[in-house]
Formats: sequence, C-alpha cells, structure tokens
Amino acid sequence: MATHALRPDYHGEFKDSADRFHGAIIVYIAWDKHLMFYSARAFPLDPNMPFGAVVEHVLPEGFGQHPNFKNVDWSKVTWRLNHEEFTPDFEKSLADNGFDHKCILRFDSHDHGIAGMDI
Amino acid sequence: MSNKKLNLKDKYRLLTRDLDWEFSYEDRKEAFPYEEFEGIKITDWDKWEDPFRLTMDAYWKYQAEKEKKLYAIYDAFAQNNGHLNVTDARYINAIKIFLTAVSPGELAAHSGFAHTGRHMGGIGARLAAQMQSLDELRHIQTQIHAMSHYNKFFDGFDEFSHMHDRVWYISVVKSFFDDARSAGPFEFMVAVGFSFEYVLTNLLFVPFMSGAAYNGDMATVTFGFSAQSDEARHMTLGLEVIKFLLEQHEDNLPIVQKWVDKWLWRGYRILTVVAMMMDYMLPQKVMSWKEAWELYYEQAGGALFKDLERYGIKVPDFEDVIKAEKDHYSHQAWWTFYTHGQAAAFHTWIPTAEEMDWLSEKYPDTFDKYYRPRWEMAKEMADKGERFYSTGLPQLCQTCQIPMIYTDVVNGNPTEIVYRDFTYKGERFHFCSDKCCDIFKDEPEKYVHAWLPVHQIFQGNCGGPGGLETVIDWYKLDNGSANLDYEGSPDEKRWKEWKGIA
Repeated sequence: MATHALRPDYHGEFKDSADRFHGAIIVYIAWDKHLMFYSARAFPLDPNMPFGAVVEHVLPEGFGQHPNFKNVDWSKVTWRLNHEEFTPDFEKSLADNGFDHKCILRFDSHDHGIAGMDI
Repeated sequence: MSNKKLNLKDKYRLLTRDLDWEFSYEDRKEAFPYEEFEGIKITDWDKWEDPFRLTMDAYWKYQAEKEKKLYAIYDAFAQNNGHLNVTDARYINAIKIFLTAVSPGELAAHSGFAHTGRHMGGIGARLAAQMQSLDELRHIQTQIHAMSHYNKFFDGFDEFSHMHDRVWYISVVKSFFDDARSAGPFEFMVAVGFSFEYVLTNLLFVPFMSGAAYNGDMATVTFGFSAQSDEARHMTLGLEVIKFLLEQHEDNLPIVQKWVDKWLWRGYRILTVVAMMMDYMLPQKVMSWKEAWELYYEQAGGALFKDLERYGIKVPDFEDVIKAEKDHYSHQAWWTFYTHGQAAAFHTWIPTAEEMDWLSEKYPDTFDKYYRPRWEMAKEMADKGERFYSTGLPQLCQTCQIPMIYTDVVNGNPTEIVYRDFTYKGERFHFCSDKCCDIFKDEPEKYVHAWLPVHQIFQGNCGGPGGLETVIDWYKLDNGSANLDYEGSPDEKRWKEWKGIA
C-alpha cells in the first residue's frame, strides 16, 4: 500500500515534479571530502547547457569559497553521476550526458581538503 | 431525595467512564470512522486503564492553581528586568529556537490530541487525549508569555508564528507534526504519545529547562516547572497506549513495532537541534549531548525496551547508527547553522577557546580530529574580516527535511555524507539515511508532496524570483539584526551597554 489512508486510492501530488521548475532540472552537486560545505548543493540548471559550462560557471559559484578550489586540476577530477562512475563530455549538454531531474553529481579532487581533514 | 455528596469512587466513575453512551439509533462504526483503517484491532475498550485518574473538574482546578502561580512569577520576572540575569546574551538564542521551533509543536500536538480525543472509540482514551490536548494548548500559551519579555529586548522572537510555515529548518518540526496529525488516531498516539512524549521528551525538555536553570533564565525554568506535572501525565498516557494496543490483539504487534521504529527515528532526527543547543549554545553547559543521550536514551530507554520485551517489542534496528552518531551529531548541526547563519532567525558564533577545550574533553574521539580544524579555519576567516557564510542552498532529505549533512559514521567513514535514493513513479527521491528512505518506501504517497523549502524557493513560491534577500524578506527575518553572527549583532551591542562591558 502506498500509504495508509482512509481512501485506498489516495494520491499525494508530486510537489517537485520537473514541470514546476520553469524549464530547469534540479541537479545536486557535492564536492566529496570537502565538508567546509555541510551538504550537497541544489542548483536549478538548464538541461541544454553544456557540461563544460557547469565546470566553468556553476562550480565556482557553488564551491569557489573554498580556499583550495582554485587549485583543483580538472583533468584529474573523477565524477560520479547518481553514484555511478561517469566520464562527462564537456561539449555535450547535461541532458546528453545523462543528467535528469533531481540527479546528483559528485566530484572527487583526490585530496583531503583543509588540514588534510576532509574539510 | 438525598443531597449527600458523592463518594470519590462514584464521582470518578460518573465523570469518566459514565460519560460514554450506547449508540441505539446510529451505527457506532460511523461515529468513529477512523478507528479501523490503520489495521489496529480493539476487542475491549473497557480494558483501558485511565492513566491520569483525573476528572475534568479536578483537572481545571489544578491547572488554574498552577497558572496563578506561574503568572505571578512572570510579573515579578518582568518587573525585575529578569533578562539581565542570564549568563550571557548568546544564551537567548537557545530560547529563540525554542519559541520558533518547539512551541508551535505544542500547538500541533494540541490539535492532534483534540482530533484523536474525538476519534478513539473508548471513553477512557478519549478523555485522556482531550486533557492532554488542553495541556498542550496551555503550554504554547505559557511559553509565548514567558518569551514575550525577552521579545522586548532581543531580536528574532517576534515573527515566530509567521515563520512556522516558511523557514527551512522550522519545516523539519512542522513536517514531523503534520506527518503525525495526518495519520490515524492510533499512529498519532504512538508517534506523539509514546515515541515522543515517553521516550524522547527527556531529551528535549530537560536539556532546555536545565539549560535555562544553569544560565539564569527564570522565565523558562518557571514554565518548565509548571509543565512538569503535565508532562508526567503525558508519559503515563504514552505508555498506557502501547501496553493497551499490545494487550488487545496479537495482530497489533507488527503495526505498533513499525510505528515505534518510525517515530523514534523521526524524533531522534529532530533532536539534532537540541544536540547543538546543548554543546554549542549554552554559555554555562549542563552536560554534553552525548552524556544526555547515554543517560536518557541508552539507559532509561534501554530499560523501557526491556520492559516491553514481554509484549514482543524489539529495540529499533537503527540502534547502531544512533550510537555511532552521538559523537558527531551536535558538531555537524552547529556547523550547518553557523555556515548558513544568514538564513536563521537566531545568531551563531565560533566557540571560544575554553568552549573548544570542553568539547575536546567531552568528545575525545572526534572533536579534535574532525571538528576543531573547521572552527580554526572559520576563526582565521573571521579574523580576516571574511566571516564564512556558505552560498547556495542544500540538498534536503525528502522524509525528515533536514539538509543531508549526516555522514557514514556507523561504517567508519565520518567524512563521507550518506546518500540514499529511491525512484517512485519515475521520480528520484533523496534521503539522509536508510531509515528515512525506508519510511518513504513504506508510504511514498505520504511524502511525495512534502513541502521542501529549497525546492519551493527554486519554484518561485517563497517571495518570487530573486536571491537570498527575497527569501529572507518572505520569512520576515530582519536582515542584519535577527540573523548573522552574534559578534557585531544589535543583541550583542545592547547587552554590552546594559552590562557596562566595553
């Protein structure tokens, strides 16, 4: 049973369906082992934007406050999309890279942040 | 006719059980339409033992006496400028959280018990729920009145009722009570009556009330004392509900066990904020969150579960997770609020050197290793005039609505965030823990329409398009006075003037 309700056919309206975000999809992005940021961040993004634009514009906005951000070597970063290893095509759009509504992108810069303590 | 006074026993019977009546021309099932859909089987309501042993006339009399005393103390407190006697103005932020996040829960509990008090078939249970409903209404009133004095002198109190339906962290408490109130009457009783009132209330009220006592806050101590006998009654009711349901029918056991597990978890997640209040917000500490958890949950709760073993109730299956998290809970929470302090209706701050030493002593395995370096970094930034306020908005858990801040400590990975997700009808939902994910999977239709503050902001429903300032306005959060760091706040400035501190 999908919920214990008085009516067996009770249906809860999906409050966060893709059609409610004015054409954007929600993408959660996390920088693994950098807990200066207490959780993954949520971003409403245009699914037609190229992945390269995320790296160039969205990540600095989301993570640029970290003192090590400017030193990240993007050629060595590894990525996970929805927790699966993933090699992005920087030229292709998010949609063509397999991003969908409420997906999660995690990146690992293979270091342990500030003081080596995953901050 | 004799005008002899009724003896106590007759009076008690007439004013409790005898208030019920036989349904001679209506179907009893139609009068109590919510009694069966949850699957709970009641064979004999007469087996209910009144937990309060109280008639309504006696109830009014006791409560009126307590009110009289309470308000006399409030008056004296206000006339004597009682707010000047707290240890430090930082303390006041703990009770800002109480008023904005806890007190509205009292009102929600009032409405929940009123509803339940109408819909259980047994008169004994109905009366008890109605009395608790009135208690809860009294509690929110006495709390508002206690805080009204502080509201004259400190920022962040005045819009608590407006904020309740809007602010990101208050949605956590709201969703807890909305979940309970929209369940059937028996789940509500297990959720609030048993799991919250009986098992967890000591971890909510005792820390706040002892915190108040240790920090010179007579107003809060007084409403705490005034609520204490009510709380004792509520705990008795919570326990009676569980025992009654389990004694009525063996088929009730798996249902009750599922509710106990669910609501202990949901209650435990809410206590995140109490953990950080105890460890970070009290200038004069009472005990650490970890010590409180061990005393009130592991020891007292452990004894309770032993007692319930004979009914077949087992300790929840997430025991190892909560045991592991106690060394991290408060630190992760305060870091979250500190770094998002621009959007909170209270002040945050970096713990002092002495406070950090206290935390090292209380958390020898975790504080120095994982959390002290964060505060040292924050201090370095603040000293350079770059106080760290995190940009952007967090990913939230669909069930508990808390930002997904919890790390995988139970598996020895305290710096890796826990991510769980589940796809339902083509949409992916995210969770902070296995238990929040399991709660969703059990009743997805109940959580798909959760009002998640971050998503609502992106949809344009929180003041329209615009940045953080639009949202803060929509919260009615006074930007620059109610939010941000304690250092440099108007609260701090006024406090120093009153106390003659340079």
